[in-house]
Amino acid sequence: MSALIDVRGVSKSFGGVVANRDVSLSVPDGGITGLIGPNGSGKTTLFNSIVGTHPVDDGSIAFMGQEITTFSVQKIARLGLLRTFQQTHIYGQMNCVQNMLISIPHRRERPATMFTRFPASVYGRADELLEFVGLYSKRKLLAGDLSFGQQKLLEFAMALMNEPRVLLLDEPTAGINPTLINGLIDRLKRANKELGITLFVIEHNMRVIMNLADHIYCLAHGELLAQGAPQDVQNNQLVIDAYLGAH
Amino acid sequence: MKASVVALYAGILIAGIVAPLVIPNYTFQVAVLWMMILFALTWDIAGGQMGYNSLGNILFFGAGMYISAVVQISMGYDVSEYTAAFGAIKIDFTDTQYFTGLFLGVAAAAIGGVVCALLLGLAVFGLRGPYFAIGTLGCALAAAELVAGWDYVGGGGGISMPVFPGDPDVRSKFFYYMCFALAIATFAFLKWLYSTRFGLAINAIRDNENKAEAMGVHTKRYKMVAWSIAAFFLGMIGAVFGNMVGFVEPLEVAFPTITFGIFMVAMALLGGKGTLWGPVLGATLFHVVKEVTWTYLLGWQWVALGAIIVINVVYFQQGILGWAADKWPEKFGVTVERDEDPDEGDGQRQAQPREATS
Repeated sequence: MSALIDVRGVSKSFGGVVANRDVSLSVPDGGITGLIGPNGSGKTTLFNSIVGTHPVDDGSIAFMGQEITTFSVQKIARLGLLRTFQQTHIYGQMNCVQNMLISIPHRRERPATMFTRFPASVYGRADELLEFVGLYSKRKLLAGDLSFGQQKLLEFAMALMNEPRVLLLDEPTAGINPTLINGLIDRLKRANKELGITLFVIEHNMRVIMNLADHIYCLAHGELLAQGAPQDVQNNQLVIDAYLGAH
Repeated sequence: MKASVVALYAGILIAGIVAPLVIPNYTFQVAVLWMMILFALTWDIAGGQMGYNSLGNILFFGAGMYISAVVQISMGYDVSEYTAAFGAIKIDFTDTQYFTGLFLGVAAAAIGGVVCALLLGLAVFGLRGPYFAIGTLGCALAAAELVAGWDYVGGGGGISMPVFPGDPDVRSKFFYYMCFALAIATFAFLKWLYSTRFGLAINAIRDNENKAEAMGVHTKRYKMVAWSIAAFFLGMIGAVFGNMVGFVEPLEVAFPTITFGIFMVAMALLGGKGTLWGPVLGATLFHVVKEVTWTYLLGWQWVALGAIIVINVVYFQQGILGWAADKWPEKFGVTVERDEDPDEGDGQRQAQPREATS
């Protein structure tokens, strides 16, 4: 498996706070990679650096062999590198179907296509994916009226609608009740297997990430602490110390 | 389309066509009503549908008015000589010259409006929220002052427009039907526009621009085009209004920021921003109240308008149609389908207790 995302020596600080220091990691094509670490260890900052939300201080980021360090958020998204947010980001005043329709892959949009209607196939795909996440019966409701967990599912469906090569998920199970989590894990795995979408997942829930990922990176204080297969990371003394505090 | 909807459209069209024949004394006022509807509709493109509250849209109206004036006068005269003479030169156009000039003037105003929107858009679309509102307000105020200091277009003294060849009655009907046609054209265009993916894209920018960017939407492109569309129609109505009034002047006629400039926002808010019919409803109600208080409550007219705005902003922030959509959501297409298979998804299970308690 070749590396789809290649992060080389990335550093980012906000004022005097160093959020990421010399972080290097790679996300292999077709797999599910996990990113763990205690609160404030710089996981979300790393995601933001990868998708271009802010410029990095040092280092480089490549996607499918292409240097994307200085690209804008939109340009990176159109290359097929998509992220979801820790807090849900949906279009609250639009209904679920509309949320799905406008999430089409914008790399194919041209100035001329902005005044056209969506073909029937796009409506069909939107319904299919809403069905996939279990929101089909809610499709006429305003997205802002859905519960937090449902909004997370909708956001996941919107991401799939965009047909990304790789999806960066920032705590996909946070705020979702335990019975829903199993369904979500199953859907993440299916998206990976059936749709061939590479996943890179930030997760606090150890049971979830151990179950999901084939390779895990652990950050602490902005630096890469450990990496390896889920079992190895789980038993790594450095990781245990970082989470529980060591003397 | 339902019969009631067809009847509504037909009724509005017929009323618009016969109004100057049935109530000839009010032709000018009804023409201004159509202009107000156009104002509210075009403001709502960026303000309501896209969430960019511009306070400077009046700039395109004034720009269109001046562009058209310059184009029309230059059909037969040197503009700087004409404005320098302050009315000492009387324009004498043939019918052909007049109407060609008017047609070219309106066309140039539309194009000029779009050019202004694109140039200003490059600067102000980096701003968001209240900063965008203040930035655009600054643009409109600056434009008025710049034009007032520009001698080529007559400065603060303004420009007398070429005189309409024909008697006053024909003149008022002619400009009435131009306002009417432009308002209807704007409505029809926007009705189509909001049915395309463009409508969804600008709604997405309104609801969550960061998300739209993260999903790869060409946000800059949509924002520029949305504002250009508003400027296109505002430029044309500006050109028509300048000719209808007959005299173009920077502060009161072309760039009236605190009257028309604020009215267009207030009208869209009153009817319900982000809807197609809201601006139409709001503009009609606002204009009627304005004219009635002007006639019967002279001295209190600004108080009455102020009261409407305060009540609207404090108690009905969503406007009339927005309030109706909250009260009867099912009439506006917001429904849960209960006849689906109950085991369909996990999301279903989670929401049921909430529905049961409501």
